Amino acid sequence: MTRPISKTVNVPVADGDGERYTLKMGPQHPATHGVLRVDLELDGETIIKCSPQVGYLHRGFDKIAENRTYAQSLILTDRLDYIAAMANNVGYCVAVEKLLGISVPLRAKYIRTIVCEMSRIASHLLWLATHALDIGAMTVFLYCFREREVMLDLFEELCGARLTFSYPRIGGVRQDVTRSFIDVLQQFVAEFPVHIGEYETLIDTNRIWLKRTVGIGVLSAAEALELGLTGACLRGSGVDYDIRKHRPYDAYDLVDFEVPLSNDGDIYARYRCRMEELHQSARIIQQCIDQLPPGPIISEDAPDLVMPLQGQRKVEAGSSTYGTGLIRLLEEHGQYPVGDIYVSTEVPKGELGFYFISDGSGRPYRMHVRSPSFIHIGALPALAEGSMIADLIANIGTLDVVLGECDR
Amino acid sequence: MHVLILLIEILILFAIIMLHVAYATYFERKIIGHMQVRMGPMRVGWHGLLQPIADGIKSFFKEDIVPEQADVVTFRAAPIICLTAMLTSLAVLPFAKGWVLADINIGLLFIFAMSSLASYGVILAGWASNSKYTFLGGLRSMAQVISYEVAMGLSLVGVMMLSGTLNLTKIVEAQGGSFAGMYVFPQIIAFFVFFISMLAETNRVPFDLPEAETELVSGYCTEYSGMRYAIFFMAEYIGMMVMSSIGTICFLGGWNGPFEVAVFPPFWFVVKVYLFMFVFIWIRATLPRYRYDQLMSIGWKVLIPLALGNIVLTGFIKAFTG
Repeated sequence: MTRPISKTVNVPVADGDGERYTLKMGPQHPATHGVLRVDLELDGETIIKCSPQVGYLHRGFDKIAENRTYAQSLILTDRLDYIAAMANNVGYCVAVEKLLGISVPLRAKYIRTIVCEMSRIASHLLWLATHALDIGAMTVFLYCFREREVMLDLFEELCGARLTFSYPRIGGVRQDVTRSFIDVLQQFVAEFPVHIGEYETLIDTNRIWLKRTVGIGVLSAAEALELGLTGACLRGSGVDYDIRKHRPYDAYDLVDFEVPLSNDGDIYARYRCRMEELHQSARIIQQCIDQLPPGPIISEDAPDLVMPLQGQRKVEAGSSTYGTGLIRLLEEHGQYPVGDIYVSTEVPKGELGFYFISDGSGRPYRMHVRSPSFIHIGALPALAEGSMIADLIANIGTLDVVLGECDR
Repeated sequence: MHVLILLIEILILFAIIMLHVAYATYFERKIIGHMQVRMGPMRVGWHGLLQPIADGIKSFFKEDIVPEQADVVTFRAAPIICLTAMLTSLAVLPFAKGWVLADINIGLLFIFAMSSLASYGVILAGWASNSKYTFLGGLRSMAQVISYEVAMGLSLVGVMMLSGTLNLTKIVEAQGGSFAGMYVFPQIIAFFVFFISMLAETNRVPFDLPEAETELVSGYCTEYSGMRYAIFFMAEYIGMMVMSSIGTICFLGGWNGPFEVAVFPPFWFVVKVYLFMFVFIWIRATLPRYRYDQLMSIGWKVLIPLALGNIVLTGFIKAFTG
C-alpha cells in the first residue's frame, strides 16, 4: 500500500502546571455516535485522561435470550449492531446451527454470504460517512448515503425491512432472492468501484485528511492484540486475522477474496483497510451471484417460526398455552444438545461471537454476546490519551463503534 | 440635511445587505446541496426561494434562552457586538466610484479594527455562556483570530506599498481599469496568504474550529438560541461579505470590469464578491477540518513568513522599478 509521507505530530502531555478541568462529552454530542459518554480530563485541549462510559442503551439482551427459544432470540440480534443487522442475524444463526447440528443448504449459504457482504458495504459506508463528517468532510457523508440507500432498498425488496431484517433463519433464509434483486445487485456491484473512487478523490490524498489521520491513534500489532481488537482495527495494525478466511462459515470458503492489511496502525491505515474491504465485498458478492446454485433455501430440520416447509408442518395459532403453537412445537420436537459452545463470525465491526450454555431445554441457559464495539471502546483511552479533542473525535470514528451493540 | 441623507443611505445599505445576507444562506445551501447530490431547500416558495424569510421569522419568534450560570449582560451583548462591528465595516467599502458612505483615508485599517472587534464578540460569547464547549470555542477563536489577523495585515501591506494609500477607493483607482492592472498578479503571494487568512478570519471550513460541530457541539454559540443565534449567523455572513469585498478591492480591481454597466455601476463589484462567496462555499463542501495546533502552525510558520517575505520582495521591486 503506497501513501504520501506526512510528518507525525506528537502532542506532548503537559506536565501539570496548567489548570485541569473535566469535560463530560456526551451522551448527547453530535460526534459520539449514539449514546457514548466520554469523561475527559483536559489540560487546555490536551486530553490527560479519557474514560468512556457505556450503558446508556442497555436492554439486557443476554438475559432476555434466556427466556426465549433459540428461534425467538433472532430478532434481538437485529438490535445489536443496527447498522449491519443482517450480519448479526447470520452470526447468530451460524452459532445456533452449530449448537443444534443443523446443516444449511448450499443456496442458503450463498444467499447469506451475499447479504452479509451487502451489510458490510452498508456498514462501512456509514462508517466512512460519519468518520469523514467528524473530521469535517461533509460531502463524503452524502455521497456514502447515496450508495447505502441502494443497499437498503435492496434489503427492503428482499425482506421488507430496511433496518431490522431478521431475514436469515436458523437453517437457512426466509425467502428466496428474486431475479430483479440479483439484477439490481449485479449492476450495483459492477459500478461500486467507481463510487469508491469518488470518495477517495475527496479525501484519499487530501492534505488536511492526511494531517488528521496519518500518525494519529497509532496502535502496534501487539497493543491491538492486547486490547482485544478485531476486524479492520486489528488488520490496520498488520495482524492477519479474519474469521471469514481462517474459520470460514457459510460460503466464504467457496469464494476467493483477499484480507487487506496495513502495518502502520494509525487512523489512515484503518481507513485504507476498510476502503479495500469495500472492494473485496463487491468481489465476493459478484462471485456469489455467479456461483449461486439452485436448491432449497432452508434446511429440513430448521426449528423455524414462520416458514414451515409447505405441507410438512401445520400449526394453528393460539393452540397452545404458550400463546402460539409454534413454540410448543419446538419444545416438543426439538432435540437439543447439552453443553456450551462459542461461535464467532466476522461482522463489519470485527468479531461477533455468541456463547451459549445449553441445558437441553430449547432455551439457552446462558447466552453471552462478544460484541466488537464494546471491546473496541475499551481501546479508546489507549488511543486518545495525550492527544487533542479533535483527535478523540477521529479516534472514536476510526474504532467504528455502534452503541446498540456495545451496550446490548 | 446632510445628516438626513446619510441616514437614508445607511438605511438603504442596511436593508440591501440584510437581504443579501439572507439570500447568501440560500445561495450556500443550494450550492452545497447540488454539490452533495441533493436539492437543498425546496419547500418554502418556488425552489425554496422563501426559505431565508421563513428562517428569519422562525428564529425571531423562538425563545431566547439565557443559561442560569451565564453572565447575563455580556451574554446578551456579545452577538450585538459581533453584528455591529461587522455592519460598521460596511461604511467604508466603495461599491462603485462614489458609492461609499464614508470615504476615509484609513479605510483598510478601519476594517481591520472592526473585524478584530467582531472576534471580541465571539470571545465574550464563549466566556459569558459559562459552558465548557463555548469556553473552548472562545479560546480557539481568540488564538485563531490573533494569529490570522497578523498574517492578513501583513499580506495587505504589499497592496498598501504598491498603491501608496489606505483609502479603499484610491486602492481601486491605483489598479486602473485594465485586467493586467489588478494587484492579484504582482501580489500573488499576498493574495494566497490573504485568501487563507480570510477563511480563518471568518471561521469558515477548513478553519471553522471555533464552532467545530463534531468537536465542540457548536463552539462559542452552543448556548445561544433564537434571534441571538441568528445574529451570530448574520455576523458571520456579513463578515464573509466584507472579507470578499476587501479581496475584491485590494486584489481584483474593485468595481472595474471588462465593460461598464451604466445602469448599475457596482455590477462587477457584486459579481466579484459573489465569486469569492462561491469559493467559500465550494471549499466548505470539499475540505475536512484542520486540528487546532495544525491551524496555529500554518498561521505562524507558513503564512506570516510568506507575508513578510512578500513585503521585502515588493519593497525591492518598488525600489528598483521606481
